Amino acid sequence: MSVTATQKRSVGAVLWDYLTTIDHKKIAHLYLIGGGFFFILGGLEAVIIRIQLIKPENDFISAGFYNEMITMHGTTMIFLAAMPILLGLMNAIMPLQIGARDVSFPFLNSLGFWLFMFGGLLLNCSWFLGGAPDAGWTSYASLAIDSPGHGVDFYVAGLQIAGAGTLMGGINFLATIVNMRAPGMTYMRMPLFAWATFITSVLILFAFPALTVNLFLLMFDRMFGSAFFDVALGGNTIIWQHLFWIFGHPEVYILILPLFGLFSDVFSTFSKKRLFGYTAMVFATMLIAFLGFMVWAHHMFTVGLGPVANSIFAIATMAIAVPTGIKIFNWLATMWGGSITINSAMLWALGFIPSFTIGGMTGVMLGSAVADYQYHDTYFVIAHFHYVIVGGTVFGIFCGLHYWWPVMFGRILHEGMGKLTFWTFFIGFHMTFFIQHFLGLMGMPRRYWVFLEDQGLDLGNLISTIGAFFMSFAVIVFIINIFYTAAKGERPSPDPYDGRTLEWATASSPPPHYNFAQLPLTRGLDPLWIEKMEGNGKMTPAEPLGDIHMPNGSILPFLMSLGFFIAGFGFIYQVDHSAWYLALYGGMAFALGCMVVRSFKDDHGHHIPKEELEREAD
Amino acid sequence: MPENTSTNSTVKAYQKKKNKDEMKKQLIAFASMIAFTLIAFGIVATESVDKMFLIPIIVIMAVVQVGFQFYYFMHMKDKGHAMPATLIYGGVWAALLTLGGLGLITWW
Ligand code: HEM
Ligand SMILES: [Cu+2]
Repeated sequence: MSVTATQKRSVGAVLWDYLTTIDHKKIAHLYLIGGGFFFILGGLEAVIIRIQLIKPENDFISAGFYNEMITMHGTTMIFLAAMPILLGLMNAIMPLQIGARDVSFPFLNSLGFWLFMFGGLLLNCSWFLGGAPDAGWTSYASLAIDSPGHGVDFYVAGLQIAGAGTLMGGINFLATIVNMRAPGMTYMRMPLFAWATFITSVLILFAFPALTVNLFLLMFDRMFGSAFFDVALGGNTIIWQHLFWIFGHPEVYILILPLFGLFSDVFSTFSKKRLFGYTAMVFATMLIAFLGFMVWAHHMFTVGLGPVANSIFAIATMAIAVPTGIKIFNWLATMWGGSITINSAMLWALGFIPSFTIGGMTGVMLGSAVADYQYHDTYFVIAHFHYVIVGGTVFGIFCGLHYWWPVMFGRILHEGMGKLTFWTFFIGFHMTFFIQHFLGLMGMPRRYWVFLEDQGLDLGNLISTIGAFFMSFAVIVFIINIFYTAAKGERPSPDPYDGRTLEWATASSPPPHYNFAQLPLTRGLDPLWIEKMEGNGKMTPAEPLGDIHMPNGSILPFLMSLGFFIAGFGFIYQVDHSAWYLALYGGMAFALGCMVVRSFKDDHGHHIPKEELEREAD
Repeated sequence: MPENTSTNSTVKAYQKKKNKDEMKKQLIAFASMIAFTLIAFGIVATESVDKMFLIPIIVIMAVVQVGFQFYYFMHMKDKGHAMPATLIYGGVWAALLTLGGLGLITWW
């Protein structure tokens, strides 16, 4: 039992600990809390949208406010909820899975989190400062440039800061997996979740710069009088769409690949079988990432790129269905003949397969350029991407939370409530989105504030809204489950599911902050399982017990991000009054000052002496 | 450990020579990069070369410079750089693909 967990500490001490932490497990907590907060916020926005659409010609909210709602719902869910929660899971688990004591750059890890958090807060400040962005989560330039007020400026500044944090996270994970795998942990012995983290990070590294550039161009256009997208001044508004989707399509794979990895681990654990077709799974993931960069124009079929371009991108798009299909069959084959345990984690994984497959199928339908002229900008597209993003990403997040809760928090979530969450969410999800396919085919356009009576859309929309209430109920049960578990949940052994991989091979649950007193020796795929089968039951150490060198915490990442946050306001408001340059330069100078301090102050970290490790072992 | 000193000193001498060679290579690469840059500016400023040749010349020199950057300054020529090389070429590939795609859409 670790010493810190048993001691009661004051709230202030805990807060300071989290503000300065650079431990990957605590940063994971921060990501989950931050992402969870924005997930609830985005969920509320979704419910408001659905209430507005519960009946024809409703005036629950005004048209302008509706535009702000849909924009902030999409932006929040993708950039501030899904991505950070995924980064949280990767932070919590990947270093353990490869047998490392932390990520390569713990300081950068913390900086990445705080940039995301402050970027997200900046974006949401817009609600209170004259209105949120209202040009859609895609923020097409033709709308964005003419959007009055500062809403879109908040979008630009907020996403720029949050995006920088994400890019740092990706680079950090790459460096970690390349350099810090434990002895014997070759690439082809890594669990699929670690592989997925690696490939996702590559996608982040190559895709995010396109967004960064795009946001800068929009920023120059809106705040500094340039005309990259302004057709009247000789610009080209289509450039935004290209750059956005060059980023945007890889982004949707950033959202799904980590969960593909997670589901692979979950299926193999709860089927008590080695993953079927491990090598094929790894290469299918790579292939998806590779093809993901060649299909961006399928979001632009109706822009008028011409038949040649449309055909090429249509074919490339359909090609992605092949590696995705390989994966689905491998999961099914993993379960085939296995001894299957169905608990709440496994339920989410099982629910994922049919749901995501439907989303992939409508994806292929949309990928046919000709047919897309009919589907584009209707509820059919809404149904498609909610089937893949909710049925894949959100199901995966719930699956991961239930599966890894013991590793992350040292408790097991309540099974009964877990199952209730799953079933209500599953039913609500299909109720909300399945009917939307048909609404779309009947011609209901997306992003419209109201629909008219007696066009055959009334009942479908009502059903859809009721489904949304089911999902809200499920999320509330999940939140109750969290609090209940924190108060009364059982304390599990470090290996409650008879696991196969290294995150279940730690000394305690949650693991001590150095993860492994002695780095484990990996002898093959599913290293813990191998040891169990050979009767050892635990990992063989790869090194003698010795002092462990760990880095020190620091408040600088928080302060740096605060500086950029202030500078963000400066950028947004300097068009109104030049006094705001004070905030712009002040914030920047403060952030740069923190970097200087960081560069010149030597901090060699600390050692955990061997004696202490021995004491904690018994 | 008196018997170790002799091997140590040969290792040291070897290391020293290696470092010196490495330094020489770095300097040559650095000098040629500066020369390339000067040439590029020179031929544009003096307008001494026809545009038909000017653009390919500059592109070739740029590619060579990028090569120097990767292989000498970023040490991709040394052992143990397979993963960085894979990632860098992956990035180059993604960028080319994007440019190729955009070019195709615009001009075909
Ligand atoms: C794997 C996870 C996937 C995610 C997260 C995803 C996400 C999305 C999103 C967010 C959009 C809407 C863009 C917008 O207009 O605002 C979209 C549209 C589209 N998706 Fe997917 N998608 C996925 C898989 C697929 C697959 C497997 C295919 C095809 C094989 C596909 C093909 C398309 C096409 C063609 C569109 C454009 C539809 C239109 O705007 O008319 N997607 N997808
Ligand atoms: Cu796409």
